[in-house]
Amino acid sequence: MIIRPSRGWGFPDLREIWEYRELLYFFAWRSIKVRYKQTVIGALWALIQPFFTMVVFTVIFGILARMPSEGVPYPIFTYTALVPWTYFANSITQASRSIVDNRGIITKVYLPRLIIPAASVLSELLDFTVAFLLLMGMMMFYSIMPTSAILLVPLLILLSMATALGVALWMSALNAIYRDVQYAVPFLVQIWLFATPVAYSSRLLPEAWRPMYGINPMVGVIEGFRWALLGSGGGLEPIFTVSIPITLLLLVTGLLYFRHMEKTFADLV
Amino acid sequence: MNDVVIRVENLGKLYRIGKREPYSTLRDALARTFSRALSRAYSGRSSGNPGERDQYIWALKGVSFEVRKGEVVGIIGANGAGKSTLLKILSRITDPTEGHAEINGRVGSLLEIGTGFHPELTGHENIYFSGAVLGMKKSEIDRRFDEIVAFAELEKFIDTPVKYYSSGMQVRLGFAIAAHLEPEIMLIDEVLAVGDAAFQKKCLGKIGNVVEEGNTVLFVSHNMGAIRGLCQRAIWLNEGKIAEDGETQRVVSRYLTAVQEGFIQRQPKDGERVIIERVVLRNSQGEKTLDFTPDDDLIVEVYFRALDRIEKPYFSVTVASRLGWRLFRADMTLDGHRPDYIEGDGMIACKFKSIRLLPQSYVVRIGVRAKDRSKLTGTRDVGFFNVIGRMADFGFAAEIADREAWRSAPVVVPYEWHLPDGRVISVDIKHYDKRGKSDEVGG
Repeated sequence: MIIRPSRGWGFPDLREIWEYRELLYFFAWRSIKVRYKQTVIGALWALIQPFFTMVVFTVIFGILARMPSEGVPYPIFTYTALVPWTYFANSITQASRSIVDNRGIITKVYLPRLIIPAASVLSELLDFTVAFLLLMGMMMFYSIMPTSAILLVPLLILLSMATALGVALWMSALNAIYRDVQYAVPFLVQIWLFATPVAYSSRLLPEAWRPMYGINPMVGVIEGFRWALLGSGGGLEPIFTVSIPITLLLLVTGLLYFRHMEKTFADLV
Repeated sequence: MNDVVIRVENLGKLYRIGKREPYSTLRDALARTFSRALSRAYSGRSSGNPGERDQYIWALKGVSFEVRKGEVVGIIGANGAGKSTLLKILSRITDPTEGHAEINGRVGSLLEIGTGFHPELTGHENIYFSGAVLGMKKSEIDRRFDEIVAFAELEKFIDTPVKYYSSGMQVRLGFAIAAHLEPEIMLIDEVLAVGDAAFQKKCLGKIGNVVEEGNTVLFVSHNMGAIRGLCQRAIWLNEGKIAEDGETQRVVSRYLTAVQEGFIQRQPKDGERVIIERVVLRNSQGEKTLDFTPDDDLIVEVYFRALDRIEKPYFSVTVASRLGWRLFRADMTLDGHRPDYIEGDGMIACKFKSIRLLPQSYVVRIGVRAKDRSKLTGTRDVGFFNVIGRMADFGFAAEIADREAWRSAPVVVPYEWHLPDGRVISVDIKHYDKRGKSDEVGG
């Protein structure tokens, strides 16, 4: 193995990441263990955030503002979006701090640094699963039968992970170098929430605007979930044709940027 | 040259230091870029405040060496000389700025104890996580788990969160994990500066085992005793460059001599009325030296300057182990033989007859007190010396004597064994006549 000054840009070595996959699992495992140690309700915390947000949105947007909810009861309309949204928001919030929080490790041992934000994205899947189970329960409660589109859910989960990872890589790398990023993230998430059709429907936008709206990669994720689970109709294809490529772009550029800055982490963090 | 496991060529590492903060904010970075762009647009030149000029330092420069499989190399040098930086580069934690290194073999880095520990997790969980972070596969950790717990002596506590452990327990756990890494190439950085004496002994033992199994070790330490005991070869790094590279004895001596030169004191510190200007060590033959044999006399000549006339001062000369434990002392507060007065320049010497010290590294300290026992000069380390020699030459015939001597209790008081079979055997440091004859010392 040769150690030399690294130059230029490149992708992370995926073969090496595969070799270190056990460590990725360990980081995610540790994250989950630590979060739920000494808690009383444990995994139920995963429900509280999306559930109570749903309650608040239902009161404000569903009841008071009487937002249209595409033919299904407002609570489940918004909750279907809140499940992937909460996953995304928590993933990037945690990931943005992950490099800095683990400075003790990265300054003392070698590992592909990519594992660290990736572990955040992976560990949040547990909360996602718990929230998703509640979603299944709610669908039964509202007697909504899933269509065959439900088979798309695994793909949509992958899309959510890809989106979260792309943003997570950018955030974690930037935060390692510029320490104010982590304080901007909660604010960014707030704004992003309202730029995403969680509390409202994309159909509120005129058709001409929808492709531009799709530049927000989470729009594609949310509408995808709604379509797969609630069977909300078409007319949103233009969104997907923009949204999914944007996700890939974020992921690719995120990988490149992260790899480029990775070598400076141990010196600057 | 097939068995070269580490080859380093012209390695260099540049760090930026200075008033620039270790991290900047995105806001600042954007503002700077913006203002630079503006000023360039305005005046056609890029601005740059003179006050903001960054300073650079070469932590390593032009470092080249090779290590063969099975070699144990000690890396010594003053703080800031670049030793840790070298290990970090070889561990791939940070990139070199120039040059390159080739590594053949699995590397294990022991740069600190307890890497990856989380206080909320139990000892059990931390063993798994820390082990994984250090490079062990889960199957390996499963296999070695019981050994690790036993080495750390934490069987009863292994399921308690680590935040409840004492610091000693944490150190034991951390080292136990690291000790079971089994890499082909081990890079160790000063991790022995923690823990109590008993544990340090255990750690050094484990490192010794790793060495015996034919693995390669790069060992950074300030403990010259450990360096001499473990390493056949030493590299002295000074200000980022290799000052010496070769046989341990020689390199360590040269290093300590240079350090010794740095002890000359010019100016008195606050409140001091006596300055220790120079300390010279001589052996039984009266030669100025830093290397002594276990049977040697140790003569400490203290050249001092008293800033005013001081009546009946108390002098003390202490010999301590390299780790700082006081071993023995010549103390006028005990023996009462004080000079009537000292004034201006003078010299006082103390001769310790037949020191009976094992081959390790030692420190000499001087203290001067006024007759009311207040300090006239800070008690400080004024010199190092080494004791060298083969144990067999001095009557200690065990096969493992040389390996054990550097970590055993350094002071040898003559003793007798009354063995179960009835024999009575006297043991003392024998006087070693370089011409090959041996007599009892101290006659």
